Amino acid sequence: MSFLKLENLSKHYGDFRAVDNISLTVEQGEFVSLLGPSGCGKTTTLQMIAGFVEASAGRILLNGRDITHEKPNRRGLGIVFQSYALFPHMTVADNVRFGLDMRNVAAADSSARVAQALALVRLDKLGQRYPRELSGGQRQRVALARALVIEPPILLLDEPMSNLDAKLREEMQVELRDIQRKVGTTTIMVTHDQSEALSMSDRVVVMEAGRAIQIGKPLDTYENPVNLFVSQFVGKANLLEAQIAWQRPGKAGLRIGQHELEVDCDSELIGPLVTLCIRPEKIERCAAHEGLLSGEVASSFFLGNQWLYRIHTDCGDILAIWKNDGQAACQPGQKIFLRWPVAAARVLACSTQVEHV
Amino acid sequence: MFKRRAPRRGSHPYAIPYTLSAPALLLFVTMVLAPLLLTGLLSLNSYDDSVGIKAGVDLHNYLAIFGDEYYLRIFLRTFWIAILTTFICVLVGAPEAYVLSRMRGRWRSVFLIVILAPLLVSVVVRAFGWSMLLSADGLINRALQAMGMAPVKMLYTSGAIVVALVHVMLPFMVIPVWTALQRLDPTVEHAALSLNASQATVMRRILLPQILPGVLSGSLIVFGLSASAFAIPGLLGGRRLKMVATTVYDEFLGSLNWPLGASIAIVLLLANLIIMMTYNRILERKVSKTLG
Repeated sequence: MSFLKLENLSKHYGDFRAVDNISLTVEQGEFVSLLGPSGCGKTTTLQMIAGFVEASAGRILLNGRDITHEKPNRRGLGIVFQSYALFPHMTVADNVRFGLDMRNVAAADSSARVAQALALVRLDKLGQRYPRELSGGQRQRVALARALVIEPPILLLDEPMSNLDAKLREEMQVELRDIQRKVGTTTIMVTHDQSEALSMSDRVVVMEAGRAIQIGKPLDTYENPVNLFVSQFVGKANLLEAQIAWQRPGKAGLRIGQHELEVDCDSELIGPLVTLCIRPEKIERCAAHEGLLSGEVASSFFLGNQWLYRIHTDCGDILAIWKNDGQAACQPGQKIFLRWPVAAARVLACSTQVEHV
Repeated sequence: MFKRRAPRRGSHPYAIPYTLSAPALLLFVTMVLAPLLLTGLLSLNSYDDSVGIKAGVDLHNYLAIFGDEYYLRIFLRTFWIAILTTFICVLVGAPEAYVLSRMRGRWRSVFLIVILAPLLVSVVVRAFGWSMLLSADGLINRALQAMGMAPVKMLYTSGAIVVALVHVMLPFMVIPVWTALQRLDPTVEHAALSLNASQATVMRRILLPQILPGVLSGSLIVFGLSASAFAIPGLLGGRRLKMVATTVYDEFLGSLNWPLGASIAIVLLLANLIIMMTYNRILERKVSKTLG
């Protein structure tokens, strides 16, 4: 029994389809991310769940109850806004207490719950401060406490980390995930940051132009992107154009440059050309006779724990990420040979297909 | 970044700022401070019907004002009218500004012009407009009579003054409140709604406290201008229903008692100053504690 269900949900503004026929089921306690570039409809989808945007078509079911046309102040969902939207004229404790006041919770009970919520986000000492006296990370935690104190069935997070600096963002990602696991609230997060979506979610919904392109576990989505868009938006990808040499059920032979290689594929490939997607960390350096491609190192970027190389080859530039083992693996201008495990290459058809996992 | 050039040797380090503010300073000193000082000095002189203004320094004019119920009643009426005008302006202007801030594009510009229009017409013209509407045989009374009702005395009452003042002062309330509203984060309202607040609660507990600084500055402007208004009380209050500004005018040009007129003007200035500063203190302390 799914907890939250979106059935063919759409939002049209005139001819423009902001959200186009999205279906999604979310289990109780699950953490689902809506991931996509700006303008892909992820925020509109969240706003429809929250009730601030009226759906043009489709249904939203919460625990079996149809809430598609319910007013936002009757849905009882916890929302953390991108700007945090704290009440600037109230203290931190009053901000958190607001939702309880609206539910007529008795004073003693509500004080205990406010204290508990502030302790959960580690702000128990700052209850009497005003929002303007807090740092960005603290404000965000107040917003989280305010949303969680009402014990909502669903927590909606609208780009919660986008106003934080990089280091704080990483810390908050870990903390937010821990808090979510502890309280067990079903959570839907909107983000344009693929690493955030991959690291925090149980499942990721990749969206493009109002449609859900791929719904799946983070690892699945990363390893098996369904199309070019997903392969490039989720993580880095080397895309090689390949000619189909031969096909057998479950297998296909592809020609890249002078090399022919065998790949696994579940469906029949169409067209003379397909695209091969290989993640940069799957590329290996090898001896000349094992090499599938040869190339010259064009540039190298030191990323701390790893090196990123851009390598000129006959088939275009290849990105490779190799672990930093204390010294630079190769120098710009050096000739090297590259290979990758057969299973690491994923064949992408050129047409878009929607895959539901 | 601009690097501040080191001051030339021998020149005063603040020479440029002083020079730049000199024209404004000159204007302020000659047009505001000097007349104010002269009025203050004049208020200490005395007046005699046969010889006119007599030099001399004492406070008998002020004692006369505070000892005479006639003047006290005029002051009381003035402040009462100003307070009522301010109050009505808050009641009408704040929601008006809210509606305006919720409008989009073309409608907003149209209604902004409608709200600002009173400022484009001379106060005297508008006051005459009101007197034509409100007079004994004015439009409203004729309409009442046509419907078979008895005519009502509206002109030359404090009601007429309040109505006309509200009409004139409304833009001074709407604009500061509107500015305050535009600074608000619209998702704050959504946040309150998502926490089960009703629309009315959002207004009362979320919006109103945040636009309080706007209401505060708006009401200071409206109160100050209403308490010293001259044309509207003069034209709609008539000769008998006096406010302070009209009394000053009468003392100067009617009884030619300039020293008494000057002292009434000074008392009005000080009373206005005290009321506005107290009000500002009380509210601003409350606001700055929370909104910063």
